Amino acid sequence: MTVLALDGRMENQIRVSDVDVRLVQVVKKFGDAVAVDHVDLEVRDGEFFSLLGPSGCGKTTTLRMIGGFEEPTSGLIELQGQDVTWLPPYKRNVNTVFQSYALFPHLSTFENVAFGLRRKGLKSSEIAGRVTEMLELVELPGFEKRKPGQISGGQAQRVALARALINRPAVLLLDEPLGALDLKLRKQMQVELKRIQQEVGITFIYVTHDQEEAMTMSDRIAVMNNGRYEQLGDPESLYERPETRFVAGFLGVSNLLPATIVGTDGGYAACRLANDQTVRVPAALTRGAQRVDVGIRPEKIRLSAPGESTGGQENRMSGTIRDASYIGVSTQYIVEARGGTRVTVYEQNVERATRDELWQVGTDVDLTWLPDHSFVVEAAKPGE
Amino acid sequence: MATVTGAAPQPGLRQLIGRAVPYLLLAPGIAWLILFYAIPSLQMFLYSVSTGSLEEGFVLSFTPDAYVKGITQFRTQFGNSLLYGGTATVLTIIIGFPVAYTIAFRGGRYRNLILFMVIAPFFTSFLIRTISWKILLGDEGPLLGPLKHTIGILPGTFTLTGTPVAVVAGLTYNFLPFMILPLYVALEKIDVRLIEAAQDLYATRWGAFRRVTLPLALPGVFAGSILVAIPAMGDFVNAELLGSPQTRMIGNVIQNRFLIQNDYPVAAALSFILMFGILAAVTIYARFLGTERLTG
Repeated sequence: MTVLALDGRMENQIRVSDVDVRLVQVVKKFGDAVAVDHVDLEVRDGEFFSLLGPSGCGKTTTLRMIGGFEEPTSGLIELQGQDVTWLPPYKRNVNTVFQSYALFPHLSTFENVAFGLRRKGLKSSEIAGRVTEMLELVELPGFEKRKPGQISGGQAQRVALARALINRPAVLLLDEPLGALDLKLRKQMQVELKRIQQEVGITFIYVTHDQEEAMTMSDRIAVMNNGRYEQLGDPESLYERPETRFVAGFLGVSNLLPATIVGTDGGYAACRLANDQTVRVPAALTRGAQRVDVGIRPEKIRLSAPGESTGGQENRMSGTIRDASYIGVSTQYIVEARGGTRVTVYEQNVERATRDELWQVGTDVDLTWLPDHSFVVEAAKPGE
Repeated sequence: MATVTGAAPQPGLRQLIGRAVPYLLLAPGIAWLILFYAIPSLQMFLYSVSTGSLEEGFVLSFTPDAYVKGITQFRTQFGNSLLYGGTATVLTIIIGFPVAYTIAFRGGRYRNLILFMVIAPFFTSFLIRTISWKILLGDEGPLLGPLKHTIGILPGTFTLTGTPVAVVAGLTYNFLPFMILPLYVALEKIDVRLIEAAQDLYATRWGAFRRVTLPLALPGVFAGSILVAIPAMGDFVNAELLGSPQTRMIGNVIQNRFLIQNDYPVAAALSFILMFGILAAVTIYARFLGTERLTG
């Protein structure tokens, strides 16, 4: 937790002018339920920032407060240095792409996209030009006259995006905008959204519960749980060095091995696992704790025949293959380590042509991984 | 020579029954309408082109006399119907819209209770309610009495009963639920996020109402107007009980011709003129509001 605070201080060192959205100690309560719990957040100018978390974690409420649809119970929201905490939505230079789009069903695509500009009182000739331009950006030229009822989900999504972006907001808020699309279209739109964001250079704040989606698009992600974010960082550091059990479990698959720190060895801490085998982890990650969980991602682990030498520095555990499932790009093994802990291992199917060459269930294997690939999270509380 | 029609698959019994089901389901309704709407309407039409009297018997002469008489003699009453019914319709929109809006968007857990209160008057007879209004609006009634004597802002000679105001007030009151209910249905369907989206796109509260809520509520306004205007324009009870001979509506004339004077041809002709007049008005109204917006 101390490192979290350190990180927070480092965040504060970025120049004020680079900050587009700042949340200071923002709290939102609905009755007695705390939806957002003292959140401090700084979103930088031009970045693709994601709020990631399970439903009910407060991510959408946070977004709605930035948009002006909810007022915080306490705290401060700044937009480009200006306090907007109590401003109504129409006075904020932010626009929203709503979940399920919320396109105006009685208006054509053109009028939907032109809506914001008309309210701002722009001239018709300028509006027409900008709508055409915007529909080209989202690859919907010629759709001007269609009504929302006459276009597909993917197209509606693009119209919603165009309708928000045309106003050239300081920040674009996106509330699970791809949630209603099928998987293939979703993947396509992820790439598309990233392209558009880079093209227009507007700050995006993106709310999602899909970790893969957040990882694909974001510059930085705040992983939220129970009304606050547990960790904030770029996708790589979140994945490689999760700092809490929640983050380790929410982003990808993690093997967590309960361990006790028994000493240090150079830059590494020696950790004795429950089965008395000792592994090493980077000492800085232990943060002075005695009882920790050592984490290792399934794809970082190599399987080899027992006793087979793989160089001296790796962490090593022995175990028995209990399950093997061929997934295509990789094979997923469940290995029972000595002492009973089950470890998931992904092995790339690089040099394998047929199923016959998989490790057979029941085979004894050694699991090895580099100490630097390990991460450390707090030990499970009793009862978890 | 035997014709070979090929092996066209004969529809099985199940398919035949399947195809017949929609008609079977419609049959009771259609039979009802034929018996109690189509046949009487035809009868009325025949009366309207007949001459004669109840005592001497009507002769089917196919003359337009009754229509000519109807149009020339009862212009005032047609005018009154149009004016009173129209005014009442506009008033129900003005009064009903805020009510429906409040129930739909602010009703919360009281929604059903308020809706029940809207239709509660239906538990009392239409006639009784209109008679109560006669008492309510009476010269010394609970409304005018205090205004004349206690507060004294109205002259002693001021009167409401017998005036068009009373007739319109009665019509508005009696038909108000028919406006509120369809308006409520239309407003209730509106996704709150659409209003949020409008505000997000720089529309003020009023702007969001005018650009999003109101257009999306138009089908309700249309349905409500139809439900109010048609019976209001044909109504005779309000004009009879709250009005005077000067405020008679075409409904009063029809009722009088049918039941008092037994002048079936003119009564029937007036009914048809009223029916086609309303049909024409509704068509124009639908065009005016935009049918596309109503269906889209």
